[in-house]
Amino acid sequence: MKVLEVQSVSKSYSNHIAIDDVSLSVPEGQIFGLLGPNGAGKTSLIRIINQITMPDQGEILFNGSKLNGDHIRHIGYLPEERGLYKKMKVGEQALYLAQLKGLSEREAKKALREWFQKFEITQWWDKKVEELSKGMAQKVQFITTVLHKPKLLIFDEPFSGFDPINANIIKDEILQLKEQGTSIIFSTHRMESVEELCDHIALIHQSKKILDGPIDKVKEKYKEQIYKVDFSSTNLDFLNSLPDHLKLITKNSHKAEIKIQNESPASDLIRFLLDQSDIKAFEEKIPTINEIFIRTVQEN
Amino acid sequence: MNKIILIIKREYLSRVRKKSFIVMTLLGPILMAGLMMTPLLMDTSDSEEREIWVCDESNLFESQFGDVNDTHFEFTNHNIEEVKIDFNESEAFALVHIPKVDSTTIDILESSVRVYTHKPMSFSNQRLISKNIESVVESIKLKEEGLTRELIDRTRAEVELNTIILGESGVEKSGSTEIAMGLSMAGGFLIYIFIFLYGAMVMRGVMEEKTSRIVEIIISSVKPFQLMMGKIIGVAMVGFTQFALWIILTFVISTVATTMLVAPTDVNIAELAQETELITQDLQSESGLTIVLNQLEEMNISFILMMFLFYFVGGYLMYGSLFAAVGAAVDSETDTQQFMMPITIPLIFSFIALQTILENPDSSLAFWCSIIPFTSPIVMMGRLPFDPPMWQIGLSMVLLIIGFIFTSWIAGRIYRVGILMHGQKVSYKILWKWIKQS
Repeated sequence: MKVLEVQSVSKSYSNHIAIDDVSLSVPEGQIFGLLGPNGAGKTSLIRIINQITMPDQGEILFNGSKLNGDHIRHIGYLPEERGLYKKMKVGEQALYLAQLKGLSEREAKKALREWFQKFEITQWWDKKVEELSKGMAQKVQFITTVLHKPKLLIFDEPFSGFDPINANIIKDEILQLKEQGTSIIFSTHRMESVEELCDHIALIHQSKKILDGPIDKVKEKYKEQIYKVDFSSTNLDFLNSLPDHLKLITKNSHKAEIKIQNESPASDLIRFLLDQSDIKAFEEKIPTINEIFIRTVQEN
Repeated sequence: MNKIILIIKREYLSRVRKKSFIVMTLLGPILMAGLMMTPLLMDTSDSEEREIWVCDESNLFESQFGDVNDTHFEFTNHNIEEVKIDFNESEAFALVHIPKVDSTTIDILESSVRVYTHKPMSFSNQRLISKNIESVVESIKLKEEGLTRELIDRTRAEVELNTIILGESGVEKSGSTEIAMGLSMAGGFLIYIFIFLYGAMVMRGVMEEKTSRIVEIIISSVKPFQLMMGKIIGVAMVGFTQFALWIILTFVISTVATTMLVAPTDVNIAELAQETELITQDLQSESGLTIVLNQLEEMNISFILMMFLFYFVGGYLMYGSLFAAVGAAVDSETDTQQFMMPITIPLIFSFIALQTILENPDSSLAFWCSIIPFTSPIVMMGRLPFDPPMWQIGLSMVLLIIGFIFTSWIAGRIYRVGILMHGQKVSYKILWKWIKQS
């Protein structure tokens, strides 16, 4: 089941193309990483999904039906550039934002109280936002984003501005929301958090989608048949005269990375190495999302 | 629809609860009342007795100078140099020296009167002295020509015009120029002030949302246009509240202040009115009062009030959305100047035009300004008491509504793009691109 389907959406502004024929589908109950360098078009796409702007071409389906105003209350959005009314009290403001999403005042109050207790910030209720630190304000923003129990949550660089402790709290909350069945779009260019959180990624570069798929499949696809080997001896001279189908990538005192350049299985490599030296450890080098990101962006 | 009410509520409450709003609302009437009370207070403070010496070398003027209010005139015909020495040692306020005249030197006198004072002399005192001397000189000249003052007074004529406007249906209406002018000036001025004060408030509100970056969160829940209109309407209600409080408080404060500062026995409605220059001379007699009331009735007060409300709201809404667009287009208050120009110029122009139009309410300038929506709210208010043709009023109203729809459409398009733009130097060319953008 797909919670959101983006079908060949294009959007151009007066002087540039922001999104060029991008199609995506966000599976239900998963965390979908929307990756891309700065200015790739992530935010433009997210704004279209939030109905802040309209696409020039293409369609978006939410739970199978064409995206419309009724879906607003099922989507929660935490923009990258986010703020709050500085002069307004925290509780009042959270209540206002929740009501704009379509909650009744009573529902909103009840849900807010729960969240404020969970984050141990009930004493902030009557404080003005300008009295809060940046991290505190971000917590309030997070609460207002998820308060109305949306089916789809969109986080645009959610961790920017959080200290590591608060970032962890938010990360745990995101994972909990996923457990509860919420689908999440997670836009970032910080790859380490993608590795930890995402089930599925799509990479956007220069307005085009250049990569899309479940994270393990993507990694599988980008494997390069490179193996990391840890030898017990430090005499690794034999690595300098490898057979043709093997290539030495790096070497230091007792470790090396070797690439198999034909289709021969890894067991052949192990056998070959064992003939020369003792091996302490042998593992396939799985590319990190960061490496995949840099490689694909550079290739395009 | 529900959401726009939420927005209006927030915009209204967040402003009305501000300290600055409360302070301004309280301070406004105090300033206003102070302004109205100043003439009264000034008058009482000016009540010290004054003595003015007149050195009249030809003994001609004493009969003309009667004591006025608290100013007492003391006459002498001694040598001016001696009098000057005495004057310097005295407490007298001023010394007027009128040189000796006869029929041959009378023309020279007009420019040879000197006044010596210790302190600068008020304009009204100067007028009083010169007027008295003038009238004596006039009498002397008249006598020389063989005429008497009585004869001149008898030949003087004063005509009061009773203008009557003959309606198309043959109904006669007495024109009431002064009151009409007063009313329409006040109405036009109120609209002008309201647009500026609260239009700027809308602009600042939009800028606050833009710079605090909350706007993206909000427009993921509501349409940008809803947010813009909600803000404009919310601020308008703040304005209505403030105006209403101002009027009530001004009334209360000035009533209380008047009764407290002026002893009840002194209060003479006619005098008060004259001193505060609020009501024209007509009020001094009872018949004058009824004339004013009659004229007000004939001008169809309820019609004018309704029209005032229409142009008040219409003008504000039309300009309000433009103010919102400016707020959305810029990053900081300092950048607003270049975009404020096209908004302020028609407003200031219509306010200036209003004053010339009152002189001639049927001129073509008056016609065009009262039809074009950018100037019509203020100018048509000025023309209304002069009974412009109904079709012109109708046309002006329809055009104002169209103008409002047009400006809010344009403003809405600038707004929804501008509100999410940061760090871009915006020019008119870019604004035009935003308007064209789908």
